[in-house]
Amino acid sequence: MKKKFTFHVDLDSFIPATDEEKEYLVQMRPSSTFFKDGIRRLYKNKVAFVSFIIIVLITVSSIVIPFFWPYSYDQQLGVQPGKPVDSSYKNLSPFEYGETEQQRIDDGESVFPHIFGTDKSGRDYFIRVIYGTRVSLAVGFFASIIVLVIGMLIGSVSGYFGGKVDMIIMRFVDVIYSLPDMLMVILLSAVLKQSLDLSGTFLESVGSNIISLFIVFALLYWVGMARLVRGQILSLREQEYVLSAKATGAKGRWIIKKHLIPNCISVIIISAALQIPSAIFTESYLSFLGLGVDAPMPSLGSLASDALNGISTYPYRLIIPAIMISLIVLSLNLFGDGLRDAFDPKLND
Amino acid sequence: MNTKTLWYIVKRILLAIFTIWIVITITFFVMHAVPGGPFVGEKEPPKAIKQAMEAKYGLDKSPGEQYVEYLKGIVTEFDFGPSLKKKGRSVNDIISDGMETSLKLGLMAAGIATLLGIVFGAVAALRRNKFIDRFIMVFTTAFVSMPSFIMGTLLLLIFSQSLGWFPANGTKAGGLVLPVITLALYPMAYITRLTRSSMLDVLGQDYIRTAKAKGVSGPRIIFGHAMKNSLIPVLTYVGPMLAYIVTGSLVVEKIFNVPGIGRAFVNSITSRDYPLIMGTTIILAALIVVMNLITDILYKVVDPRIQFE
Repeated sequence: MKKKFTFHVDLDSFIPATDEEKEYLVQMRPSSTFFKDGIRRLYKNKVAFVSFIIIVLITVSSIVIPFFWPYSYDQQLGVQPGKPVDSSYKNLSPFEYGETEQQRIDDGESVFPHIFGTDKSGRDYFIRVIYGTRVSLAVGFFASIIVLVIGMLIGSVSGYFGGKVDMIIMRFVDVIYSLPDMLMVILLSAVLKQSLDLSGTFLESVGSNIISLFIVFALLYWVGMARLVRGQILSLREQEYVLSAKATGAKGRWIIKKHLIPNCISVIIISAALQIPSAIFTESYLSFLGLGVDAPMPSLGSLASDALNGISTYPYRLIIPAIMISLIVLSLNLFGDGLRDAFDPKLND
Repeated sequence: MNTKTLWYIVKRILLAIFTIWIVITITFFVMHAVPGGPFVGEKEPPKAIKQAMEAKYGLDKSPGEQYVEYLKGIVTEFDFGPSLKKKGRSVNDIISDGMETSLKLGLMAAGIATLLGIVFGAVAALRRNKFIDRFIMVFTTAFVSMPSFIMGTLLLLIFSQSLGWFPANGTKAGGLVLPVITLALYPMAYITRLTRSSMLDVLGQDYIRTAKAKGVSGPRIIFGHAMKNSLIPVLTYVGPMLAYIVTGSLVVEKIFNVPGIGRAFVNSITSRDYPLIMGTTIILAALIVVMNLITDILYKVVDPRIQFE
C-alpha cells in the first residue's frame, strides 16, 4: 500500500527505462522546411483553399476555353463576307440562334449554343466574358509584377545603402505617396491614351490603353512596395538572429539564404499578390470611364460599362461580368489573407 | 501641445502645400504634353481663326510662361481659367455649380458610412462568432470586393428599374438616395471591419478587465471605456474614405446623372476640355490632401501614446 504523504522514496521511480520506453520519448518527426510548413497551414485554412481553387479554375478556363470555343471574341456572327449583315444575330438572348443557324439546326446539323446570347454587334457574349476575364487577370498580374520589380529594386537600394541616398529616395516616395492616386491615374491614362504611338511595334497588338495603364502603375504604385522592402531590409539587418548567426560563424551567403530571404520574401510576395485585385479594380474602374482596354478587346470593366446602355432590357449582361469581377477580387483577397496567415508566422497570435 | 507636436504639424502642413504644388505642376505639364493641342477636332479650323483662338486662351506663349501665369492665377485669385468647350463659362463657374450637389452627396455618404459602420462593427465585436457577427462579416466582405460602379448599376437596376422606388435621375426629388447608398456601402463595410477588430483588441485590454471586475455594467464598459479607444483606428480612415468618396463619386454621378463635380470631370475627359480637367483634378486633389492632413493631425492629437518622429 502506497502512502500519499510519506517521505519514503518510491524506488519504482528510479528503475532504468527499458528500450521501449526510451523509444516512446524520442520525438520522431520528419524535418519540415519553412515552405512546407506554410503550405500545410494554407491547406488547413478552408476559406483560403477554396479561394485558391476558384482562382485556378477561373484562370485555367480563361486561358483554355478560347482555344476550342467555336466563336472568337471579336467575330461578328451576322457578318459574312459578300453578304448583307444578318441582323438576326444581334442581341440574342441566351441559347437563342440566328436565322441561318436556326436553318442549319432544322436541317439536322448541330450548332454550338450561345450560352449568354450575343451582344449588340452580334458577338458571342460568353467568349467575350471569358476573354475579358483573361484580359483583366493579365492586367492585374503584370501590373503587380511591374510594381514588385520596381519597388523591390528601389526599396532594396534605399535600405541597403542608407544615408543620403535613402533620405532622397524616401522624400521622393513620401511625395508620390501623398498624391491622390486615383485622380493621377485617371489624368495620366487620359493623356497617355492620346499621346502614345505604338504603331509598328510589337506592343501595338496589346493596345495603347493597356500599355498606358501599365505605365501609370509603374509610375505611381511602386512606392508602397518600395517602402515595404526598405523597412524589411532595415529591420532584418538588425535582428538578433542575424547577429547570432554571424557570431556562430555564418557567412554572408548563408545569412542571406537562410535568414533574410525567408523572412522577407513572404511579406513581399503576399503584398504583391494583394496588388493583383487592386489592379483589377483599377482597370475595371478606368474601363468604366472609357479609359480602359481598346475596343474590340473586352475587359470585365468595359463589358460592364457597355452593358449600361441596355441595362433595362439585358440586365444579365451587366450582372455576369459584375459577378466575375467580384468573384475574382474576393477570392484573390481571401487567398492573399490566407497566404499572409500561413507564411508570415510573426503575425500569428 | 508641446513644441514637438507643433513642429510636426508645421512639417505636415508644408508637405501638404508641397504636394498640392506638385499636383498642379504634374497636371499642367501632363496636359500640355498631349500632342495636337486642344483645338484639334474633326475639322481643322482656318489658320487665322486658330491663331486668334490660341491668342485668346494664351496658348501662343511658351509652356513656361503659361505655367507661371496659371500658377499665379490660382494662388492670387483662385482662378482656373476659362473652359474651352463650354463657351463663355469659366472653370470656376462650372466647379462652383457642381460643388453644392457633390458636397451634399459626399458628406451624406461619409456620415452614413461612419455612423452605421461604427454601430455594425461594435455589434459584431460584442457578439463575436455568433450568428449576427458572421452575417455582418459576410456582407461587409461582399461589399468590399464589389467596385462602386457595379454596386451603383445593380442598385439602379433593382430599386429604380424593377421596383421603381427611387428615380434614376439625380436631379429629381429623392434622386440622391441611391447615389448616397452606393457611395456609402464600401466605406461602411470597411469601417465595420475596422471597428470590429479594434473593438476586439480593446476589449482584451487590462483596463476593461479591471472595469468588469469592479462591477461596471456592460453598456457602460462599451460606451464609457471601450468605444473611445477603439475609434482611434477609425479616425485614420477618414482621409482614405474621403479619397474613395471623391473618386467613387466620379462614376456614381455618371451612372445616376447627378449634376456634380464628378460628372463634370468625367465629361471633361471625354470632351477633352483641358482647363476643366486640370481645374477639377487640382481641386479634388487639394481636397483629399487637406483632409489627409487634418486626419493625420487629429490622429496625433487625440492619441497621446503616438510618438512623433
